[in-house]
Amino acid sequence: MSATPAVSPAQLAEVALTRDEYELAARRLGRVPTPVELGVIGAMWSEHCGYKTSKPLLHRLPTTGPRVLQGPGENAGAVDIGGGLACVFKIESHNHPSAIEPYQGAATGVGGILRDVFTMGARPVALLDSLRFGPFEEPAQRHLLDGVVAGIGGYGNCIGVPTVGGEVYFDPSYRHNCLVNAMCVGIIEQSKLTRAAAAGPGNLVLLVGADTGRDGIHGATFASVELNDASSERRPAVQVGNPFLEKCLMEVCVALAGDPRIVAMQDLGAAGLTSSSAELAHRGGCGIELDVARVARRERGMTPYEVMLSESQERMLLVVRPGDAASVQAEFARWDLHSDVIGTVTGTGRLVVADAGQVVCDLPLGLLIDDVPLRHPEARRPAGLEVSLSVDPLAMPPPWSMAETLLRLLRSPNIGSRRPIFRRYDHQVGDDTVIRPGGDAALLRVRGTGGAIAITTDGNGRYAALDPRRGAAIAVCEAARNVVAVGAAPVGVTNCLNFGNPEKPEIFWQLSEAVEGMREACLALGVPVVSGNVSLYNDTQGVSIDPTVVVGMVGHLDDLGRRCGAGFAGDGDAVLLVGPVGMDLGGSEYQRLAHGLNAGPRPTLDLDLERRVQAAILEMIGAGLLRSCHDLAEGGLAVALAESCILGGRGASLTEGLFALGAPVVQAGLLFGESQSRFLASAAAGQVDAVRAVARRHVVDLRELGVTGGDRVAVTAVFDLELAEVARAHAEALVRGEGGP
Amino acid sequence: MRFGIAVFPGTWSDRDCARAVEVLGHQSVPLWHRDRDLGGVDCVILPGGFSYGDHLRTGAVARFAPLMESVQEFAASGGLVWGICNGFQILCEAHLLPGALTRNVSLEFRCETAWLRVETVDTPFTRACHPGAVLAIPISHGEGRYVADAATLDRLEAERRVAFRYVARDGSPVGEASPNGSLRDIAGIVSEARNVLGMMPHPERAAEPILGSEDGLQLFRSVVETVAERSVFAVAP
Repeated sequence: MSATPAVSPAQLAEVALTRDEYELAARRLGRVPTPVELGVIGAMWSEHCGYKTSKPLLHRLPTTGPRVLQGPGENAGAVDIGGGLACVFKIESHNHPSAIEPYQGAATGVGGILRDVFTMGARPVALLDSLRFGPFEEPAQRHLLDGVVAGIGGYGNCIGVPTVGGEVYFDPSYRHNCLVNAMCVGIIEQSKLTRAAAAGPGNLVLLVGADTGRDGIHGATFASVELNDASSERRPAVQVGNPFLEKCLMEVCVALAGDPRIVAMQDLGAAGLTSSSAELAHRGGCGIELDVARVARRERGMTPYEVMLSESQERMLLVVRPGDAASVQAEFARWDLHSDVIGTVTGTGRLVVADAGQVVCDLPLGLLIDDVPLRHPEARRPAGLEVSLSVDPLAMPPPWSMAETLLRLLRSPNIGSRRPIFRRYDHQVGDDTVIRPGGDAALLRVRGTGGAIAITTDGNGRYAALDPRRGAAIAVCEAARNVVAVGAAPVGVTNCLNFGNPEKPEIFWQLSEAVEGMREACLALGVPVVSGNVSLYNDTQGVSIDPTVVVGMVGHLDDLGRRCGAGFAGDGDAVLLVGPVGMDLGGSEYQRLAHGLNAGPRPTLDLDLERRVQAAILEMIGAGLLRSCHDLAEGGLAVALAESCILGGRGASLTEGLFALGAPVVQAGLLFGESQSRFLASAAAGQVDAVRAVARRHVVDLRELGVTGGDRVAVTAVFDLELAEVARAHAEALVRGEGGP
Repeated sequence: MRFGIAVFPGTWSDRDCARAVEVLGHQSVPLWHRDRDLGGVDCVILPGGFSYGDHLRTGAVARFAPLMESVQEFAASGGLVWGICNGFQILCEAHLLPGALTRNVSLEFRCETAWLRVETVDTPFTRACHPGAVLAIPISHGEGRYVADAATLDRLEAERRVAFRYVARDGSPVGEASPNGSLRDIAGIVSEARNVLGMMPHPERAAEPILGSEDGLQLFRSVVETVAERSVFAVAP
């Protein structure tokens, strides 16, 4: 039987289905889908909900481990952090909406990720945001940055969850496609973890929270196509957030965690009622029947199609036994939250939608979820990559003195102080933020355990542009290093894969390589991926973003007393380089600044060395041997030195002769190269031998570079700068007068 | 002694305030916005947050909560009422304190450590502080610029009702570095009877050294001392 083309190309475009996919659906169904069914299938088969391109790749990631309580497949992942507690976390993108309407796009991104965490019953304790924009020098980009930062703050500050970290990079590849990835971390007693699996035919389905409007219709499909000039006309596809409502919703949901009256809880995100009800029922092996006439509206005249696909924010679905509905509704009413019984759980395995009793959609859940037609696009290594990789960065003499280079790097928007951003976020509410933004990872006290969790996000698109596999592996290692630098052991990863249009063979190759790189690094470091999100189609007019793997990582520290900061903590301490000496300038911030290039061999990465260096650092911090520890990242050794001086409010003098040897470009390589697997630490003079012994046992290089103290940042015979000047350069990077962030 | 901590929909400093009270070894009870019963507490804290979503104006809706009727009566009878951040905004809306809190001059939200000079120790909230001491207390607000007409400001100064002023770390005038542009750098004021304090900074966030400062505890201790003294007088023949 061949489906009749009862549908126009325009209708297919609206639901982002191909003709083949449409015909497949009709064939499986044995009939032509109704208009509501077509919308439902389009949303569920979109990349955003159905992962039709990325699913075959994501299966390669390691997702299990002794600490894993919940891997991918639920609203968020969960790991065991001792004391009977679980840490629940996830990262998610809100790129397309933020490009169109930065404030609301970013705000609702925060709202959505918060719901993913409190849906599991966990109280959100921290938010992080990983951002990418075009060049900071361009006013349009600063406008986007300002809107996104205001939106993140507007939501997070109001709801009372601290925004404790994140990152921001500026690169021309994000000029038309900014990236806004939001991560949320929550904590809950393990016994109260709430799942989103419907059970018990006859149980009632409650819709709680905001009324349903026309906002955000087609958000999921919108996120699964490229942006173009007409995209600003999609503004109605961007939702509007109400953090006050969500705060109330959060309080009730957290209070209901572990309550026997709650069979299941599921938030409404992309594709609204459609995906939440389908996933809720499918996870529990049930069916579900809804009547859209019972859904409270904020607008008149909404069609069943619009109700099912609305992405109005701050809504939750709950499954309760019939006898408990009234008492659960009363819990919400206490916080002035509206709730309606909109349907029942069935045993049919079907999603049935009625409008005042008249069925408008009747689809098997298997068709919507298991039968997502997977795409296996062609993968092709981009032509021209070899040429980029063959550039020799050491053949290009530096344009500036080392002193000037350091100041320019510190003033670079990709490196300088993020304070102008994070001071717009409440990063302290909750009274658990022990290490605030500005260090390597945020550290949050876990009450009642004596321990803490360390949280970070990381992801360098420049390395991944040169080599997605290496770049993704570096993102994992760098995130782990951030966590290790404060003294915590990495326990879990959440990832956000931001790529261009995967229908282009070069992009699919990048995606496939990146997943492989993540897999290798996660396996090497023994850290499972417990949740994540994929954002594809980050293209505008055919131009794709650099492949951007954002890694959110959580680490655990048993004893809060054994933590370490990144700032030099005393005068006269030995400054130590833990890890190899290197000169990797390919893909570095130095290279971008000095030569306007992203080329040459990307930083080398030896995963076994990485593991050993991290183990050595953890042992050193755990034994109380280090006074400070800072991961080496963008800008290399010299920038790390400057940052440790600024954070500690004291200078340092490196007397190691190595840096004065060789041609200027060699000096630049040693000082600003972004070689991996390294930390800049400090230790009291009397502890250096003990530190050395730990390094030796882990077969890790350790070099004593100099001593802390004074008011200058100096490397003998290379540069000698006043700390105040260094700090000023760093502080100025993101300050650009009026209208700046 | 017992602190009562108000909970409006949108309040988020309630748990932090309870924690600070707990650090000092005292007790607190939540006071739900719809209830009128203050449960016999010794001091009412109106904590930070976005009560009722800060619809209309900050604190403008909370002012009409049933709980606030009891708080008004409590204050009128000399009870200790302490508004922090959104609580300060509510107290101004409720006319328990003069003036208003408007948008920061930067037009941006600010979360950072502020330095407050204790301008008077002649209040139930600052009696345990050293006169002129500089306290490190975090701020977290978008609308914390204290404004009032010149006559009101002059009167506040004359009656020594300015409890805290923003200063630089060394105690010198804050000048351009003011976190919000408050008139005369005012960070907190007390009522005419000195039993109502409103302040934008968050002393409950400065209650443990591990969080960077415990200077805020001096305020909580002051309240505890005041209440202890009052109870001594209360039972005296």
